Amino acid sequence: MKDGHAPRRKLLIVGAALLAVLVITPFSGSYVIVLVTHALIFAILAMSLDILLGYTGLPSLGQAAYLGMGGYLTAILATRYQFGLDWTFWVVVALGMLIGAATAAFFGLFAIRATGVYFLMITLALGMCVWGLAYRWNSVTGGDNGIVLPPRPDFGIQLADDLTFFYVVFGFFLASLVMMTILVGSPFGRSLVGIRENELRMRILGYNTWLHKYIAFIIAGAFGGLAGVLWAHAHGLVSPEDVILATSVDALLMVVLGGPGTLVGGALGAGIVVALREYLSTLVPWWQYVLGGVYVLTILYLPGGLMSIPERVRRWRAQSRGAGVEKSLESASH
Amino acid sequence: MATSNRRRGGGPVLELKGLCKCFGGLNAVQAVDLKIFPGDRKAIIGPNGAGKTTLFNVITGVLPATSGQALLFGVNITGWPSHRRTALGMARTFQVTSLFPKLTVLDNVLLAITGLRWSKFVMWRPLSSYRDVHEKARRLLESAGYWDRRDVEVRNLSHGERRQVEIVLGLASDPKLLLLDEPAAGLASGESREMAQFLKRLDPELAILLIEHDMDVVFDVVDRISVLHFGEVVEEGTTEEIRASERVQEIYLGTG
Repeated sequence: MKDGHAPRRKLLIVGAALLAVLVITPFSGSYVIVLVTHALIFAILAMSLDILLGYTGLPSLGQAAYLGMGGYLTAILATRYQFGLDWTFWVVVALGMLIGAATAAFFGLFAIRATGVYFLMITLALGMCVWGLAYRWNSVTGGDNGIVLPPRPDFGIQLADDLTFFYVVFGFFLASLVMMTILVGSPFGRSLVGIRENELRMRILGYNTWLHKYIAFIIAGAFGGLAGVLWAHAHGLVSPEDVILATSVDALLMVVLGGPGTLVGGALGAGIVVALREYLSTLVPWWQYVLGGVYVLTILYLPGGLMSIPERVRRWRAQSRGAGVEKSLESASH
Repeated sequence: MATSNRRRGGGPVLELKGLCKCFGGLNAVQAVDLKIFPGDRKAIIGPNGAGKTTLFNVITGVLPATSGQALLFGVNITGWPSHRRTALGMARTFQVTSLFPKLTVLDNVLLAITGLRWSKFVMWRPLSSYRDVHEKARRLLESAGYWDRRDVEVRNLSHGERRQVEIVLGLASDPKLLLLDEPAAGLASGESREMAQFLKRLDPELAILLIEHDMDVVFDVVDRISVLHFGEVVEEGTTEEIRASERVQEIYLGTG
């Protein structure tokens, strides 16, 4: 949470990690490429949620709704109107972000007035509304079966190739990360942190905190919509499974596991959760318990997430060094 | 001093006309009339439960008034939300310290400064690139003697220090009127003397309305006092008059 301290070193580490992903992935198996692509898409979703959870202190349990809106929009445009399968893919990306933002703008009217657990419950309920719509509105959403997408767009660059698609998704991920990083360091982003720390104080300082939270909610919705567009093409199928509560919970788990209020923590969490899920589900049928256990252990023993480990190690070291000095002083006095 | 300011022209900074606040059947604030002019230093005193903090909450818009009017620079602000009142030139501090504990002293002040600027909505430029905001934070913190400790997280400051940072935050919006809710609450006597000095160093043009139980601080800082009892202003006058008033003695000692 001490952003701004040693930022260059942090930038270097994150850059190196991303470069490693970009360089190593193409040389691994085709299955790994698909997995990394999925992880990157969920990383965008997790980071969008981190804007709410980590920076603004709003625990949203409905982030899958925006993923679903973007996904269904992409699928419906592609199957009904053959739209978005050439260069118009970029239009769909913009539309996907727009529909995510618009949905959030509508939901925000209900959700933003609440805080804490109540905010959680309202976003959960709104997310379930989207799920119900996807599940029941057969003529549009295909109901339980969902919508199978045609092959991925081809605009000179053929996205049908998994590796090419990986590069494109990586580009979107990087752009999202950069944009959100700039956002959280901006005066607006800092105001969100202030709201997280002490909302009443912010109001007295002259901030219309409702508006700030509302805008943050909409921005998070837009990035959720973007993740949805990419997810539709990555998976090739959009179904109620994508907007189910479990997807929202997963996104929350990714942020909590990686470390809320860090952005890259959400990405790290997304990677770990996707890998664990894919790997474990091939090993044991009760893999969901493992994920649940990881969730509980993180909240109990590592509330700052994985990203807080370096800080903890530093503090622990400083403490043991302090203890060492004390001991040597003690022995000297004897 | 107050009279000289009045002669200099200009209406009152804050004027309350028959302001009331009821919670069900309880009249927490009853028909309070009050005028504060630029540069006034005024205290509101009264026993616990007299309605002092409620009055502050109604003035700052945290609670809606039941009836009556509040005028800030002649503008009727009775129904306004807090942030608009702040924008007009009112700032307050809280009885219980209200800061951003996990942020540094500098970050606290930066948030306070951007609160009234349009740049608070800027999303594409880092806050650290705003030179003028940083210059102002530096000026505020230097005059308060906190520039050296700007990178300390507020939760690591002592109670007395936090009370002072709280006031620095209040000053960040360039207020014309500062409402202080027990600035010396919970301070040791040495610390509260320091607080009184700190308050006396503030810009003489600034109007200050103060709630305080520490009478040394009150008599040291203000020129006029209003005594609140069961939500009503029962006495109003200079510090000398209040000190001599039998009515006030009765209220505080319960001999009435």
